[in-house]
Amino acid sequence: MQATKLPEKKTAARGSLLGIEQLSAGDINGILALARKLDPRKPLPLLRGKRVLLLFYEASTRTRTSFEIAAQALGSTTTLVLSSGSSIEKGESLLDTAYTLRAVGADAIVVRHPNGGAPNLMASYVDVPVINAGDGMHEHPTQALLDGYTILRHKKKLGGLNVTIVGDIYHSRVARSAVHLLSKLGAHTTLCGPPELLPEVAGTLAKDIRISRSCEEAVRGADVVMILRVQRERLSGLKISLPDYIARYQMTMARLRLAKPGALLMHPGPIIRGLELTWEVADSPQSVIVEEVHNGVPVRMAVLARALGKGT
Amino acid sequence: MKPTTQSILIAGGRVIDPVAKVDAPMDVFLRDGQVVEVAAPGKVRAKPAETIDARGLIVAPGFIDLHVHLREPGQGYKETIATGTAAAAAGGFTSVCCMPNTTPVLDSPEWVTWVRQPQRGAVVNVFPIAAATQASKGAVLTDFRALQRAGAVAVTDDGKPILSETTMRDALRTSAEINFPIVQHAEDTRLTQNCSMHEGASSFRLGLRGMTAAAESNIVDRDVQLAQQFNGARLHVAHLSTADALTAVRRGKRNRARVTCEITPHHFALTDADIRDYDANFKMNPPLRTLEDREALIAGLGDGTVDAIATDHAPHAQHEKIVEFERAAFGITGLETALGLAISVLHVENKIPLARIVELFTAGPARVIDLRGRGTLLHGSHADVTILDPKKRWAYDIAKTRSRSHNSPFGGRQLTGKVVATIVGGRVVYRG
Repeated sequence: MQATKLPEKKTAARGSLLGIEQLSAGDINGILALARKLDPRKPLPLLRGKRVLLLFYEASTRTRTSFEIAAQALGSTTTLVLSSGSSIEKGESLLDTAYTLRAVGADAIVVRHPNGGAPNLMASYVDVPVINAGDGMHEHPTQALLDGYTILRHKKKLGGLNVTIVGDIYHSRVARSAVHLLSKLGAHTTLCGPPELLPEVAGTLAKDIRISRSCEEAVRGADVVMILRVQRERLSGLKISLPDYIARYQMTMARLRLAKPGALLMHPGPIIRGLELTWEVADSPQSVIVEEVHNGVPVRMAVLARALGKGT
Repeated sequence: MKPTTQSILIAGGRVIDPVAKVDAPMDVFLRDGQVVEVAAPGKVRAKPAETIDARGLIVAPGFIDLHVHLREPGQGYKETIATGTAAAAAGGFTSVCCMPNTTPVLDSPEWVTWVRQPQRGAVVNVFPIAAATQASKGAVLTDFRALQRAGAVAVTDDGKPILSETTMRDALRTSAEINFPIVQHAEDTRLTQNCSMHEGASSFRLGLRGMTAAAESNIVDRDVQLAQQFNGARLHVAHLSTADALTAVRRGKRNRARVTCEITPHHFALTDADIRDYDANFKMNPPLRTLEDREALIAGLGDGTVDAIATDHAPHAQHEKIVEFERAAFGITGLETALGLAISVLHVENKIPLARIVELFTAGPARVIDLRGRGTLLHGSHADVTILDPKKRWAYDIAKTRSRSHNSPFGGRQLTGKVVATIVGGRVVYRG
């Protein structure tokens, strides 16, 4: 009997960034150090002649624009492919789309996708670096990197810091990436939310994670407070009473004052004022929400430079 | 399968026949499609047309797989009855039960007859399990009596549960009247919407929605209790995967309910922690469970609670599996790796005796569906024999599978125990 030729599965190309989980503390510090040397206002032609393909199966404002600006600041061209208006609408599979992008000359593919693991699948079958720009409920590694970068602009080091994350942890790829990064760099992480949005099993994600059901207890003494949005689009049958959630977990000035003086208030966005945080908190002097977005550009420059072999 | 008039002497092997309570070096003589004689080595007088030297090998009754998706009618791009039974023969199976979730669903005597026709090209015996409800929609029971007459050996809505308690109660009542097993895919689908793996630490880490163990065990609990209400009702739990469901079956058996269960090789060989890099060849339903579940299943396989090893061989085309994990079809192939996994995991690693493993592939499944004259080598039985080398080490090469599909998580896996020959109705249908 003639053996069938099966599609060949590869390990991800060097420079791929599929998640924080696979990175070492050294890898993370290396990317952050590189990001500190890069500045979008001082373009460097490190990636001149390179083509970065941005493949977005989900809506995005911050991540998409900052990847585009980052790639262009390094001299690369960018092409954006959205799931609507492309052959994806006609039913083309993820891998066939990836092969197509490779065939038109992609040197790296940045992908956002509603299914966890979609970037891993692509990276197993194409020979160019794949960068995860957020996959389902799995990881959003560049968000965690820019959050680490932002914290380090205000605090000397992450090791030993008390970081509290409040909100919808279960549905959050930002939370999973953040937890891996904080754990690898030695921070003490407290996760806070109701059981529906924060199952006990979250404590197994990495080492040194504490779970709290009380916002007050979780915030007390924190160096960093990170708020996450309730992802109404992913609730899928979960019964969460929003008034109840607001009463127990909304970040208010009164709650924020329980944190250490000078504590940072972070949020990956998009923020819904009046739900997971009050407008006063969003605009408070401690808030670095806008700075986070700003820092996304140098961090993504570093990730792209690393992906295309210019990372040192 | 038409029996052959040829005769075969299988000489010098270790014959393991749990029904005959034999575990000794014996010669087995097959003629006219029947087992004619099992005697001490050298004692068979008749002259065989062919002699198979089985020294150092195990000679067992032909293996029976209670749970195989042959995909015909209608899904020949995944598997055909010809390719699926070829894979079965390579895995040592001489009889397979095929599942009714085909296109159309096997819910009529006509389709049951169609599956059994010689034109389908089966190389091993095929015993259809028909749909329990019309189009397996869970609402209206099929005509069990007519399906039984057409040759169905049981009914199931596999792929989906018989979820409604009323429907299940009616099915079990009829089961008791006509002595016909109801095979349940135990899953409370109200709790498993959009889920692609087991709910636990691994699903949280991967960001995938998970099915709880309770979604299985709640249904098994309910069904075991229902089965006890109808004297003689026969409930068979398909692909049981959780410790709690096994406890429910054990309780039912203690209460003398006619409850049986099967366990797949992948559930005793793998756990949810093995789902590497979102490889959908680790995605099946029920999903891979925890280490504690796996250990409980292995204990149940050893202590007699479990009746059969069944593969749930579920072939799918590459384009249905090499996709996003959450979008991938459920199921993996399993016919060719079942024996190797059973010996490697159950015997070598967990010290379950080979005789018990043979029972789980033969007498056990034969009892579940009342297959007369199979699952044993007693005089006059069908000449279905599996000859295997329990010490042979080999690696599974998916590219060489006889199945039409390639969706196995066991490619390259080192296994101990390999099929040497498969004999159906006195005819050698596979030589390893």
